[in-house]
Amino acid sequence: MNPSILRTDGPGRFGGYGGQFVPETLVPCLQELDEARLAAAADPSFAAELALLSADYAGRPTPLYRARRLEQAWAPRARLYLKREDLNHTGSHKINNCLGQILLAVRMGKTRIVAETGAGQHGVATATVCALAGLECVVYMGQVDVARQAPNVARMRLLGAQVVTVTAGSATLKDATSEAIRDWVTNVKGTHYIIGSTVGPHPYPTLVRDFQAVIGREARAQILAKEGRLPDRVIACVGGGSNALGIFSGFLDDPVGLFGVEAAGSGLGHSQALGRGRPGVLHGSYSYLMQDDEGQVIPAHSVAAGLDYPGVGPEHSHLKDSARADYRGVDDAAALAACAEVSRLEGIIPALESSHALAFCKEQLAKEDPHAAPLVIVNLSGRGDKDLAGLTEATP
Amino acid sequence: MSTLLTRTVNGLRDAGRTAVVPFLTAGYPDLQTSRRLLAAAAAAGCRLVEIGVPFSDPVADGPAIQLASRRALDAGMTLAGAVDLAGHAARELGLVPVLMGYLNPVLAYGPERFGAACAGAGVAGVIVPDLPLEEAAGLRALLLEHGVSLVDLVAPTTGPGRLAAYGRAATGFLYLVSTTGVTGAGVGQDIAGYAARVRTHCALPLYVGFGIGDAASAVRVAADADGVIIGSALQRLVAGAATPDAAVAAVGGFLQEVTAAVAGVHRDSG
Repeated sequence: MNPSILRTDGPGRFGGYGGQFVPETLVPCLQELDEARLAAAADPSFAAELALLSADYAGRPTPLYRARRLEQAWAPRARLYLKREDLNHTGSHKINNCLGQILLAVRMGKTRIVAETGAGQHGVATATVCALAGLECVVYMGQVDVARQAPNVARMRLLGAQVVTVTAGSATLKDATSEAIRDWVTNVKGTHYIIGSTVGPHPYPTLVRDFQAVIGREARAQILAKEGRLPDRVIACVGGGSNALGIFSGFLDDPVGLFGVEAAGSGLGHSQALGRGRPGVLHGSYSYLMQDDEGQVIPAHSVAAGLDYPGVGPEHSHLKDSARADYRGVDDAAALAACAEVSRLEGIIPALESSHALAFCKEQLAKEDPHAAPLVIVNLSGRGDKDLAGLTEATP
Repeated sequence: MSTLLTRTVNGLRDAGRTAVVPFLTAGYPDLQTSRRLLAAAAAAGCRLVEIGVPFSDPVADGPAIQLASRRALDAGMTLAGAVDLAGHAARELGLVPVLMGYLNPVLAYGPERFGAACAGAGVAGVIVPDLPLEEAAGLRALLLEHGVSLVDLVAPTTGPGRLAAYGRAATGFLYLVSTTGVTGAGVGQDIAGYAARVRTHCALPLYVGFGIGDAASAVRVAADADGVIIGSALQRLVAGAATPDAAVAAVGGFLQEVTAAVAGVHRDSG
């Protein structure tokens, strides 16, 4: 499938996906970032500093919680665990990556941070670490998302970040990302771009995955401690794919089913780059992409702003092609229903993004042999407080 | 390797002429007006012309070219349409066209088919702003098989090692991005020092673009460059024109002013 003109080797390649398709202006600073990343990986003091912040500031490790009321409702013989990334400081897994990247930015001597955000979870996490490090912070956010995720916009501003509303294109995450890249091209010297997912040019897909891998390391140790065995399957939602790769990476070499859940949206459209797209180049990497026959990018649609992206991380493209992970779609209505059900049964309000993974878990359990007793982990990547305005409209 | 682009730019340099290269987004504001804008460029004495292939997500471009791309796509422009327009420019207007566009439409069209179409239409070069050196070898080789140059961009952030590598790989001319930034944001400082630094690593003619917004800045850049590329300023003139006639008159008049001004520039180096 890889066109013959593209390299299949080199750093940052996942089975031919990935690469560094960016304007020349940015290449030297991507190389600088890659060197800083490798130097930090070889420096025990970096790991120690990150571990301390993860524990004392972000609240790690997050619990692996057995959701017994969901088990009763969905499949009484199943054992269902939720990895509680929603309990992190700032309310999602995004803080894991932001803490790592801000430490790198400080080491590189950067004084200004730019970021893109969809749901606002990454924007809030970025604004938070910038406050912690005392760095200037500019967050680009599509106009549509500014409207539907208003609480997060207010949080970012309270944290001292400048939130720039992007009106171009579909005015969602795709366009916010393009605008963040344009800012970075312009202010490349003193600025670091904290990309929020496992997307973009090398080294970002690897860098972000490595900072999120703590989810999978913890989950693996926790399930072994609680159940004495590995799970049968692990389920996570996929927009760019960072929470999914974070938890998948703990189980890649194990006989564990990995399921990534994309947003099947509604009649207005979808966000299924892996399920319904084909490979192409957007925002610096070669990966599955929603595009038309002319190679123009098709705007995504999802009720979950954080999944509303037409591309996906290149490692997911490789996991799909190599059949190591399965990618499925869940539509807006099923995600909203799962959000309401989990809220009422467990007293946990999941983010609409994570609700896609929960809905798929329910759907899969319903189809299963009733005598099976599967052990399942769902990555509950974030909390749903930010979605309250939309949820109260949608819930009877 | 000798390509049409190499012969053209070397010919201009040997004749002591600084090239004024207009960038025009294909199909903006519409196909018919695009053709007339190209004719106006030819009439103003331009020899090379860049034809922009619109893309939905142009990360290297500022607002003027973003808007032009959006409008051109809405009006139905495609990569194939841009190649056709380039063919028209070459055949009917005697221009030497260079296409500038992002990678994904080329991948979707099929790189091999694209190379053949470029050669058939008389396209002399292709500029792909999201295809830096390390990613470019495959498309560069494919295009060269068709006698078409892949034109490389270098930036103020490009260090000596990369400049030397570009110098070895590039054919035609080297595109100097004048500033760290997107198109249309203004010309960088110290173009003289920048161009001199690049020339120590690369013998190709140097064409400077990004942010050259008027005749005065074109003249300033022309003192140190073999060519000046003007894009956003032209799309802004089109955007501000009430009618296609007004757009053609504005762009034609602007290019005549710039070519006349640049023709008067004396260069010591080169």
